[in-house]
Amino acid sequence: MAMTAVKDFHKLRRLHGLFCVYKPLGVHWKLVRDTIETNLLKGNVAPPPALPHKVRFLAEPSPTGEAGAAASLSAAPVPALSHHPLVTGPEFQHIRVGVGHRLDAASSGVLVLAVGNGNKALDDLYKTRVTRDYMLECEFGMATKDFSHTGRVVEKSTYGHITLDKLERVLAMLEGANQKATRMFSNVDMSSQEAYELAVQGLLGPDGKSAPILTGLRCVHFQPPSFTLEVQCLNETQKYLRKVVHEIGLELRSTAVCKNVRRTRDGLFTSRQALTRNQWSAADVMQAVQQHRYTKKTEKTVRKRSEESSAATRQSKADVMSSHRGKEHGS
Amino acid sequence: MAMASACGQLCMRCRGSLSSKTAVWRCYSHVRHLIPRTRQLLKSFDGLFITKRLASTQTGLSWKQQMCCYSDLAEKHLTADAKDNKHTKELTKTSITQITNTLMPSTDVLSMTEHPAFLDLDDAAESSALEEICDEEAISISVPSSLPPTSTSLRDYVEKSETLSKLVELGVNLWKLEQRPNVGSMLLRLDFKTDVAPRLMFLKEIGVKDSCFGYIITHNPFVLCENIENLQDRVTYLKSRKFSSETVASMVSRAPYLLNFNVKRLDNRLGFYQQQLQLSASNTRNLVARLPKLLCVSLEPVKENLKVCEIELGFKQNEIQHIVVAVPKVLTANKRKLTQIFDFLHNTMKVPHYLIAKFPQVLNTKYLRVRERHLFLEYLQKAQYDPTLPNYISLDRMVSLPDEAFCTELALSTVEDFYLFQKTL
Repeated sequence: MAMTAVKDFHKLRRLHGLFCVYKPLGVHWKLVRDTIETNLLKGNVAPPPALPHKVRFLAEPSPTGEAGAAASLSAAPVPALSHHPLVTGPEFQHIRVGVGHRLDAASSGVLVLAVGNGNKALDDLYKTRVTRDYMLECEFGMATKDFSHTGRVVEKSTYGHITLDKLERVLAMLEGANQKATRMFSNVDMSSQEAYELAVQGLLGPDGKSAPILTGLRCVHFQPPSFTLEVQCLNETQKYLRKVVHEIGLELRSTAVCKNVRRTRDGLFTSRQALTRNQWSAADVMQAVQQHRYTKKTEKTVRKRSEESSAATRQSKADVMSSHRGKEHGS
Repeated sequence: MAMASACGQLCMRCRGSLSSKTAVWRCYSHVRHLIPRTRQLLKSFDGLFITKRLASTQTGLSWKQQMCCYSDLAEKHLTADAKDNKHTKELTKTSITQITNTLMPSTDVLSMTEHPAFLDLDDAAESSALEEICDEEAISISVPSSLPPTSTSLRDYVEKSETLSKLVELGVNLWKLEQRPNVGSMLLRLDFKTDVAPRLMFLKEIGVKDSCFGYIITHNPFVLCENIENLQDRVTYLKSRKFSSETVASMVSRAPYLLNFNVKRLDNRLGFYQQQLQLSASNTRNLVARLPKLLCVSLEPVKENLKVCEIELGFKQNEIQHIVVAVPKVLTANKRKLTQIFDFLHNTMKVPHYLIAKFPQVLNTKYLRVRERHLFLEYLQKAQYDPTLPNYISLDRMVSLPDEAFCTELALSTVEDFYLFQKTL
């Protein structure tokens, strides 16, 4: 029993780290998390260990049947029922499964989860100011109360006058406004050397909490009334993104709703690595966790090498700027 | 002897009437009077004992002990007396409580003398700890069990209780049972031979398999408290309704609470399903045999589901009948899920009512599954659910096939593509 328990424990111990799943539309993130937790617990059930035996003295009638020694004591090993799996219940009843940046029920996409000590890594990940990619499927022509196409319609409008050119102009304007916001939330004096150096490295940005910031905005598909936007952002909520679409519609002298919010990337995690609904088993999760760990390791070594090479180039003082730019590309 | 018992009675009286001060006073005087007399008696008794060689020295000793008690009592009473005298001027309640407090230890001693065993003077058969004993005696020594009087888990009792250990061997999930209120103590109170075994034998007689006992008792431990005659009545009722004995056995093992409901209730349920759905007797029997849970659950959600099917989903009466007979689970399904999946089938996939009634299994599948598959087929331009047109895809096959078969047979693509497609939804 001890051996299997130890093995089981190691199996669970190996299960520390980050992975991502693809949250389907219309499912609450809590349900996704709970499903993963129960699957992990189910997958980690060890075969029932042999019960430990406990020596008990049992009264036994003597085999010879003599009246004189009617009862004799015999030490017999009896299975200790108090350790039976039916009595004690499963060994592990909870696994720490943490959820990264949330996705509301009406949106789908990559949802980062952490198991065990991975929760710490998850915290660290979100402290490093990661951006997330979204695909917003939108439609011109109406405005609703909750900015999605299922909500109560507030207003209907025409959209014939909208061209891709006009849309892109509005997007560019929005991007510019957000660029300014990035600088505003960075808590650094803009007229200082520090600000300059951060800006050169592209590290200027909000520390921790801030209002949602769109760092990139692009139209990937335009066929009125429907159009699709690709958004990179920080500290957003899905509702905020829908609101942005609504505002874009208003800016274009029309109205727009967001039909679908889909997250395609969260930090390092892309939808390519995400586990779909049928892959939420313990084995697949374990594999994904190991895969992530492996990629992280290789990335670290690559970064080290690139840093060394950049340090070598920095020795020639003449082109400091170019080396910085190279590093930017590397990261 | 008569003296001693008189003394004991007196002391008991004394203890009983401690509340009233005057009575206490009377007791004091009585005891004071008695002490010299008992001493005299003791002397005469001693002489008696010696001459007749009736009693050992131990009896004498116990006598002495008793006498000590009495004299102790008297002394204490006297001191209390003195104290009382001091406080007579005040005569407050506090003084009374003080007296009773001082009396308390002596009454404790008295309680020992009250005990019949203590009054029985031959109670001195204790052997020394070093004396050797034979095996027989060793067995007969009862070791006080280390059972905790209260516990949050049945784990502490499993080894000691025959019922619990037998239940574990049957495969009952005690861990789940102990989470239910009052079930743990109920199980502990049961006796295996008189309570549990006859009911298990009864279940075995009606044809329940041995492997099902664990499941039944885990889900319904109260079957062990039910009267056997009642159980027998219910089984005979079911058999009188022309359920075969195998069906009854399978129904009992799948719906553990079935035998806990009285005959009237069972009859009510059967009548309800027959009338509400206008089914024939054999169809009703079939329905209940397939989903015996229907006889146990509340009827309100079932009525609600029927109304939902009729009004909200717009099925005709005969269609509902057909759906329910084919998939009884529709009756106990979640109302919201039922409408959600119907909404998708009817409004998004444009499947008419008669086709859904023809393949009622689709109402029993997961919404996400239907949605994913339909969108995939639509993406491949293969979503064609009309049987009169070419390239028809039957609803039944669409929802019931596993992913691989669905992809290769219906979508004519690969599973990888299907999974990749799922990531674009």
